[in-house]
Amino acid sequence: MDWELLLAIFPQVVMDGLVLGFMYALIALGYTMVYGVLELINFAHSEIFMVGGFVGVEILLTMQATGWLDTFNPFVILIFIILMGMAVSGVLAVVVERVAYRPLRGAPRLIPLISAIGVSFFLQDLVRLGESLWRNAFYLTYPSFAAFNTRIEIAETIDFSVKSVIVVVASLAMLFALQFLVTRTKLGKAIRAVAEDQPTASLMGVNVNRIISLTFLIGGAMGGAAGVLFGVQYNTINPFTGFIPGIKAFTAAVLGGIGNIPGAMVGGLVLGLLEAFAASYLSLLTGGAFGAEYKDIFAFSILIVILIFRPRGLLGEVVRERT
Amino acid sequence: MISRRSLFILTLALAVAAVPATGQLGAQGKGTIKIATQTPLSGELAALGEGMKLATQLAIEQLKGPVEKAGFKVELVPFDDQAKPDVGVANAKNILADKDILVVVGHLNSGVALPASEVYKEANLAMVSPANTSPLITDRGLPNVSRVCGRDDVQGAVAAQFAKENLKAKSVYIVHNKNQYGQGIAEFFQEWSKKNGVNVVGFEGSEERANFDPILTPIKAKNPDVIFFGGEYPQAAPLFRQAREKGIKSKFMGPDGVDSSELLKLGGDAVVGMHYTTVAGGVKEYPKAKAFADSFKKKFNKDPEPFAAQSYDSTAIALKAIEAAIKDAGGKMPTRDAVTKAVRKVKHSGITSAVEFDDKGDPKKATYLIYQVAKKWDDRKMVKRLEIAAPQKKM
Repeated sequence: MDWELLLAIFPQVVMDGLVLGFMYALIALGYTMVYGVLELINFAHSEIFMVGGFVGVEILLTMQATGWLDTFNPFVILIFIILMGMAVSGVLAVVVERVAYRPLRGAPRLIPLISAIGVSFFLQDLVRLGESLWRNAFYLTYPSFAAFNTRIEIAETIDFSVKSVIVVVASLAMLFALQFLVTRTKLGKAIRAVAEDQPTASLMGVNVNRIISLTFLIGGAMGGAAGVLFGVQYNTINPFTGFIPGIKAFTAAVLGGIGNIPGAMVGGLVLGLLEAFAASYLSLLTGGAFGAEYKDIFAFSILIVILIFRPRGLLGEVVRERT
Repeated sequence: MISRRSLFILTLALAVAAVPATGQLGAQGKGTIKIATQTPLSGELAALGEGMKLATQLAIEQLKGPVEKAGFKVELVPFDDQAKPDVGVANAKNILADKDILVVVGHLNSGVALPASEVYKEANLAMVSPANTSPLITDRGLPNVSRVCGRDDVQGAVAAQFAKENLKAKSVYIVHNKNQYGQGIAEFFQEWSKKNGVNVVGFEGSEERANFDPILTPIKAKNPDVIFFGGEYPQAAPLFRQAREKGIKSKFMGPDGVDSSELLKLGGDAVVGMHYTTVAGGVKEYPKAKAFADSFKKKFNKDPEPFAAQSYDSTAIALKAIEAAIKDAGGKMPTRDAVTKAVRKVKHSGITSAVEFDDKGDPKKATYLIYQVAKKWDDRKMVKRLEIAAPQKKM
């Protein structure tokens, strides 16, 4: 076995895994926050993520057509499209909650779940229809920025592209901001109160509907930011892009302990790293018997093992059943 | 890509166009003979599938003369197989149910053609394929299946030879998309690379469509001279693009699945300079196809995509076979059996090549081209052209 090669690619694999993991973590936050307050698995969240990616690519393509892409600093553009992606996705998530979930509040738990799946299909085909009419294509490619593709060389075999660093830094910043918001502010206290006990929170003067909308706004915005970062990192986006990352992020949320914000981050990172290691190392370690395509089996097997021994997830707490 | 809506309008337009023809022929009509196409008309490969359908439509309009003279109306029935095997099989069952359909022109994807042709076989319905390159298409020995294009085992050999001799590759890394076609051609490339003494440093399959990082990391460490991707352009483009962004300097190669202007749109500068092999290629490589390209452009207001000219030839063969079968039946409506037998006997000097089938349904000689992608898709350069006989069945 080629140990030297395995060692040489190690830092690169860690970096790939971190980039992927932070992306999963950002998406997982949307699942976990909504689950925290409503105990609803919001399957439309993967489409919220996809819409964020499309907002980014549409702005970039428009800027490219008008020639503005070269006049502005790429970092300014990036921050702008991330903010726009967050805004559109956040608002979209709020609208989805208002239209598809709020009328079903109080219904058996399976009903809003089915509604969520319906919204998911609807958004996929809506984007497909819109892009087909608008651009006559729905597989879109992000314009590439030379500045982001520059590689930072650390050692002979270790180098990272600027955009990988951007993904990691941007995700970290957003995760810390969110953690601060939820644990240190009055608003965060209200969110936690609603998550714990809706009737009591409302008796204490918390506007429950507003807090739920806010939760969707924040979760959607994180998803939208992830969508833009995903597009910048991997260039390509289509209306069905959201499905797989969405499922993985949901897994990450469960792995970390659903309803738990630091858990979603840890879950995302663990899953991203596992996947990157499996994909890069499996075929090298097994002499080609198991290829990169087994990465998901590997990652999900680990998930099953963890959940057998820690059913509440890595950071999940045992929550008292509501009466 | 073609939206469903414009497809609907097109179908409508077709239906309207067909009405006056019915009126004229009603008096002497002995019935209608239908030719079906099965190609992806929606989804990511729709650009290719749509071109194949339109070329078939054009061929029927231009070449239906002799069959109409014999008193039959000729109609096109387009089906959308969505590049999915299950949809292709479901369509095939509908095709069998329509007794007027005597020939199927299609498919684009070997993975769809293989199960669908098993259905056609039940009624011995002829399938003439313009684009299916998997060796299994004809090696199964089905009497009703023929093709006008080359085969992946030869294409893989041609690509491997080219990588060694022209690109001076000493090591290659092979990635494929795990579908029947992509994995097939990748395996042939691997087999022939090994036979040629080229070091195959990796062989990896993945259905991934966006994040190729984990696949590219080992490739970067191994630094192969050539990366070969077995599959189609929607995956090839992001793979190659991310490879360049990751700082991989290897040369890129692909098979006929990447032969579309979309490759350059999606891949950008990363794919400029890469080589690919194909059994079809641009129309300008076929001097006899100039008139076809002109009338195609005039009628549909776009350039024919690869496999359009091959579809035109396939349809021409189908019409010739139908004509011969009508003659044999004494001017009556021919049976599917008769048409299927007649297809194999057709000797056709087509716009892409002179087609004559061997006993398996392969063309006795097929064309293989190697291209280099340039900054503009139309400027892509044909660097090699080979005429190779189909290999005999291994006993």
